Amino acid sequence: MDDNVILLVEDNPDDEALTLRALKKNNIGNHVVVARDGSEALDYMFGTGNYSGRDPNLLPQVILLDLKLPKIDGLEVLRQLRADHRTKLAPVVILTSSNEEQDRFKGYDLGANSYVRKPVDFNQFIDAVRQLGLYWLIFNERPPARRR
Amino acid sequence: MLVSGAALLLACGAFIGYDLFSFRQAVLNNLSIQAQIAGSNAVSALLFDDQNSAEKTLSALRVSPAIISAGILTPEGRPFAAYSRDKDDQIQILPRLAAGQTETHRFGDSEVLLVQSIVFQGKPIGIVYIRSGLDVLYARLRLYLGISAIVLAVSLLAALLISPIFQRQISRPIAQLAEIAQLVSRDKNYSVRAAESNSRDEVSVLVEAFNSMLSQIQERDQALRKAHDELEQRVQERTTELDNINKELEAFSYSVSHDLRAPLRAIDGFSQALLEDFGEKLDSMGQDHLHRVRLAAQRMSALIDDLLNLSRVTRSEIHRETLDLSAVVRATADELQRGAPSRNVNFVITDGLKVNGDSRLLRVAIENLLGNAWKYTSGHSCARIEFGLYQSNGRPAYFVRDDGAGFDPRYSQRLFGAFQRLHASSEFPGTGIGLATVQRIVRRHGGEIWAEGEVEKGATFYFTL
Repeated sequence: MDDNVILLVEDNPDDEALTLRALKKNNIGNHVVVARDGSEALDYMFGTGNYSGRDPNLLPQVILLDLKLPKIDGLEVLRQLRADHRTKLAPVVILTSSNEEQDRFKGYDLGANSYVRKPVDFNQFIDAVRQLGLYWLIFNERPPARRR
Repeated sequence: MLVSGAALLLACGAFIGYDLFSFRQAVLNNLSIQAQIAGSNAVSALLFDDQNSAEKTLSALRVSPAIISAGILTPEGRPFAAYSRDKDDQIQILPRLAAGQTETHRFGDSEVLLVQSIVFQGKPIGIVYIRSGLDVLYARLRLYLGISAIVLAVSLLAALLISPIFQRQISRPIAQLAEIAQLVSRDKNYSVRAAESNSRDEVSVLVEAFNSMLSQIQERDQALRKAHDELEQRVQERTTELDNINKELEAFSYSVSHDLRAPLRAIDGFSQALLEDFGEKLDSMGQDHLHRVRLAAQRMSALIDDLLNLSRVTRSEIHRETLDLSAVVRATADELQRGAPSRNVNFVITDGLKVNGDSRLLRVAIENLLGNAWKYTSGHSCARIEFGLYQSNGRPAYFVRDDGAGFDPRYSQRLFGAFQRLHASSEFPGTGIGLATVQRIVRRHGGEIWAEGEVEKGATFYFTL
């Protein structure tokens, strides 16, 4: 079901593999769509390009957004998502290795819901993903679907 | 003009005065000689009491027109013979000759009276006197005055006529030089020059020298300005360079913080994956290898974090403000206790110690110092950590003291080196960057940090700000 999609925006194949593994380890069975750069992520969200035909109003359950992406970087993706009324409400969790103050500031300033730092220690990473999953997929109430 | 006129007057006056005086002496001498001649000619007349002969002798004085009258007297003072030029003679009151004195004279108005004693064979036998008029003298005086007046007038006139020429030649150029010098020193305008004249005299040499001096000053001034401008420009360039370097450093640390961590994550993650998925296929040595790989990756991550923090501390600006250091210490202590509530640690904190410094950096320093104290007392069941003020040579120093593992004072100079440790990581975890960071922070506040300690007897870290 499209409704329970997790959109993972990550360019690094290692990080992608580890994240998927962490999700599996936590028995999170949602369908994960992986976008490998900013433009692919936007294509998916707006139903353009390779994903033309997809309805932009169907928002994923959560978007895990890395910041350092080729072509269009994470903050720009966030800006465009927040600028479009169809995708404005999508929950975005910035998941990045950077802990620079300026990134955190810009992320929150552009309307990210959360900012999580990817730990190097894989066990910690698994734990972080578990907590993220617990929160965003179970506890958090999703925004209601738009009434046309 | 005044000075030269006065000088002339003085000179004339002195000259006239001297001349009159010497003329007077000459007149007196002349009279004296005449008296002597008359006297010696009258000796025989006196001896033979021949009044006629005496009068004839005296009348010879007619040749000298200045002589008004003359006379011969007996030693007792009785008139013996007389002569008068103008036939109107008054009886003269003669000045008396003192004993032993042969001659005397008296100056009256416009005449002089000379009295001489006539001596024959050592005995005074009579007195001769001559009255001479000073008209000649006065005539001479008037002549002289007239001449000097004319001379004075002529020379003053000449001076009046000549002075403008000299003014033009000398004093005006000099006055102009003085004016220009004043102008230059007041306005600092080195481009003015004195007007040069065509003559080849000393004044024009002076003017030329003055002008060339001004040219030199102007050159120097311009060179100085240029050098100053160049210096300013160079400073500007350096500042821009420094700014650029700082920005590059920022960008560098930024990419380090991001890009270096990703591969580390992969190393750690896939090692773990290997362990989990294929662990049973590996013997204990194989598993140990993988453990070490994981530990190394995690340690590298901690090192990167610490390095970044250290560079951030060195680069950031200091915003000084008054800060309650005791409050920061108390807050950090509370946080440490909250993190491990089971530990029994006694914090002794002196309250109310205020300092002037950057609150963010000082918080980092306190966190490091207290964190170290916390860490190195973890081996003891109960510990005491103290923070206070210590007077060292009049300068106040703050200290953090613990009674934990301490350190060997022989290695104290390695305490503050980056990544230098005096304990094994197995005993106490850490990268060894904490004290280096604190030292940087303390130094940036213009202070110093030092430590005392002994193995197993605790350590005390003192710092000034």
